[in-house]
Amino acid sequence: MYSEKVMDHFQNPRNVGEIENASGVGTVGNAKCGDIMRMYLDIDDNGIIRDVKFKTFGCGAAVATSSMATELVKGKSIQEALQVTNKAVMEALDGLPPVKVHCSLLAEEAIHAALWDYAQKNSIKIEGLSKPKSDIHEGEEDESEEY
Amino acid sequence: MERIIYLDNAATTKTSPTVLEAMLPYFSEYYGNASSIYSIGAKSKEAITHSRETIAATLGAKPEEIYFTAGGSESDNWAIKATAEAYRAKGNHIITTKIEHHAVLHTCEYLEKNGFEVSYIDVDESGVVKLDQLEKAIRPETILITVMFANNEIGTIQPIREIGEIAHRHGILFHTDAVQAYGQLPINVDELHIDMLSSSGHKLCGPKGIGFLYIRKGVKIRSFVHGGAQERKRRAGTENVPGIVGYGKAAEEAMQTMQERTARETELRDYLIDRVLKEVPYTRLNGHRTKRLPNNANFSFQFVEGESLLIMLDMAGICGSSGSACTSGSLDPSHVLLAIGLPHEIAHGSLRLTLGAETTKEDLDFVIEKIKEIVEHLRSMSPLYEDFVKKSQKR
Repeated sequence: MYSEKVMDHFQNPRNVGEIENASGVGTVGNAKCGDIMRMYLDIDDNGIIRDVKFKTFGCGAAVATSSMATELVKGKSIQEALQVTNKAVMEALDGLPPVKVHCSLLAEEAIHAALWDYAQKNSIKIEGLSKPKSDIHEGEEDESEEY
Repeated sequence: MERIIYLDNAATTKTSPTVLEAMLPYFSEYYGNASSIYSIGAKSKEAITHSRETIAATLGAKPEEIYFTAGGSESDNWAIKATAEAYRAKGNHIITTKIEHHAVLHTCEYLEKNGFEVSYIDVDESGVVKLDQLEKAIRPETILITVMFANNEIGTIQPIREIGEIAHRHGILFHTDAVQAYGQLPINVDELHIDMLSSSGHKLCGPKGIGFLYIRKGVKIRSFVHGGAQERKRRAGTENVPGIVGYGKAAEEAMQTMQERTARETELRDYLIDRVLKEVPYTRLNGHRTKRLPNNANFSFQFVEGESLLIMLDMAGICGSSGSACTSGSLDPSHVLLAIGLPHEIAHGSLRLTLGAETTKEDLDFVIEKIKEIVEHLRSMSPLYEDFVKKSQKR
């Protein structure tokens, strides 16, 4: 049911892991639906994404879209990263089954959530970025203190 | 490679070679229509009669109480819809449970849209139906109680005798979906007060596309498929003779081997369960520890999602199944796992392994090692596990 590329990224996911003291961290999705994606960004002073890592709880498509999304934003500027849409992630993976399209949306949202976190931390405004909706820690501020 | 370890025998089984052999002549030699006069037709008729008698004997039933169908789903649909129709004058209330197969649940939901009322009884944390709640749900207009014999996902065996007694005491018909139980557990319809029972051939090394519905003599039941006079005018259509022959043979073999098979599978099952629970941390067994089908193991691995687990097991040549949303085609995980009280994220991480005649201890050793590797790998990339580890480090 999955393309070869999806299977490749599922079996050999790129950029899995965490970044200590990351410039921005975004977590989207929720355990109820069975998909959680966390994206870590290391952004240098020129606004270039030097490094990116992810962790994902979810199906094969969720893992593959996370992996592909990290590849698509690595080395890019913030503005370029913002242009990485779910469509771009899907195309890069040679498509997803219809029931898995939401996984690619999650990947796009994860990038946005991490960039939003970066903007918040540095008190800057990123053109074209609004507060991500599906951050799982929304309304759980006390909980998120722990991380 | 490529060795395949098939541990999804609750989904379907490999047709036994002797069953296949018994069926073959009914495709190529004795292909006659059982309703015809000439001798090859009579051969088909004899074969159907023989299978019907064999199957009836396995249940302590009469041959004329066995009606062949296309499988478990049809049998469930027939039993419930036809009872609803035939007994509508008496009442419009049906009692079932929250963990039934969709063939029962969706049929009940269909009837609800057509003026029937259905009570869905809870189960306890091991998946056993709550008998007190079931009995309290009975009303004067209750016409049917339908409870599965054993659950297809978590393997829990229901207190069928007690439910049969309750139904009998209140003069209510009792149907049981025995698709997973028939051939695995001894069943006597009189002792258990069962009025109707659904079963399916391919779950016990028989062919697909054949099942039966046992209907106790005296139960008013309407025709399900209208047309010819087959199946005592209750289910029209030229009989699936090879399927019926195969089912008869499979039933016969299942009964002959049951005792020895149960002993063997129970031992293997317990070995699998004990080792997985001991060797994979943050794992739970779903379903009852002992009141479960001899071939069923169902685990939840915390912080891991089921579909990912299945794909990785498949890559290692291991076939299993999961109750995760991703495998159900919806956003919700299995209704059975939610009914036993599992939180969503734990229900998403379930794995069902169902053993079969060919399963060996060596197979299970390999599977256990793979499970350990894969679960560890998936956890290493799970944000839920990361959070859990960080939280426990803080304490």
